[in-house]
Amino acid sequence: MNIIWVVLITVSIIAAFWTGGLEAVTRAMFDGAKAAVEISLFLLGIVSLWLGITKIIEDSGLIFQISHAFRPLITKLFKTVPPDHPAITSITLNMLANFFGLGNAATPLGIKAMQDLQTLNEDKDSLTFEMMLFIVLNTASVQLIPFTVVGILSDFGSVNPSAIVFPTIISTVISAIIALGVLLLFRRLMK
Amino acid sequence: MKTVAFISQLVIPAFILFAVLYGAFKKVRVYDSFVGGAKEGLHVIFRIFPYLLAIFVAVKAFQASGAFDLIRQALSGSFSALGIPPEVLSVALIKPLSGSASTAIFTDIVRTTGPDSLASMISAVIIGSAETTFFVLAVYLGAVNIRRTKYLVPVCLIADGVGIIIAIVFVKLMF
Repeated sequence: MNIIWVVLITVSIIAAFWTGGLEAVTRAMFDGAKAAVEISLFLLGIVSLWLGITKIIEDSGLIFQISHAFRPLITKLFKTVPPDHPAITSITLNMLANFFGLGNAATPLGIKAMQDLQTLNEDKDSLTFEMMLFIVLNTASVQLIPFTVVGILSDFGSVNPSAIVFPTIISTVISAIIALGVLLLFRRLMK
Repeated sequence: MKTVAFISQLVIPAFILFAVLYGAFKKVRVYDSFVGGAKEGLHVIFRIFPYLLAIFVAVKAFQASGAFDLIRQALSGSFSALGIPPEVLSVALIKPLSGSASTAIFTDIVRTTGPDSLASMISAVIIGSAETTFFVLAVYLGAVNIRRTKYLVPVCLIADGVGIIIAIVFVKLMF
């Protein structure tokens, strides 16, 4: 992330100098700061909401029922997570939310999952393979129906707005598989 | 399509209702549990905020700098040569950086080229199948305050690139 940040900032300011958009870039950086506050406030709401709901299912024991049902699937992917760990439930709920395209639930539950995975981490300052796997699966975003996109297409009078659903599902599944492959390849190379 | 949309609408309210009723049935003080859990939210956001700030400032500056136009000019020739509408390039470049900006660009493409054009189709599949990688990285890494990310970032970027190529190839084959 360090390199990327340096590149983004440097390229932006040099390109702005080149194209004469220095003023616009300065304004954009302050806009970015403002956007970060707005997004954080929005996240504060939904993250607290979902942490509240997860606390209810923890206290009622429902969390064990859920993790019990999905344990076989999740432990197959996340091999080092103990079968009764809360991470199983938060990972499961995050994946289900992603699958149904519920971004407002997926992000908070993903944050919870990362924190649950961190409790299993021995070196608190570097990522475990399980965390990387979880993030890669999230950026691949396996989703049933891309509602926003279909909505825009039909707003503009597409003949068949859902025609893109099938190609979207197939390419998202293929790219998720490739993403996993790349992750495994890097793990082997970096050993 | 309608059924799936309905299920998606139903999933959250049904889950919350079930969680609350199950809790009440198990004699949990549901309200107190909820408040106790929600209290943690503030700590989490406190921790994530600086990461979000860093990424938003950099991404916004990059968008405003005109660097996109320079990259687009450099690449659009080779895109047209391959028979790919050059508009697709904008969506492909911005999707990993910003969700709202890519939706805006997509809407614009649909408006100017029509909802059933090749450009609209490819962009739709790219948006539907890719994720705003930098946002996900900032939020999830921020949540656990981890600095050493090993090989995660290159893996995500390669996966994004491959995903976009797959979307383009697949739509070109199908339509």
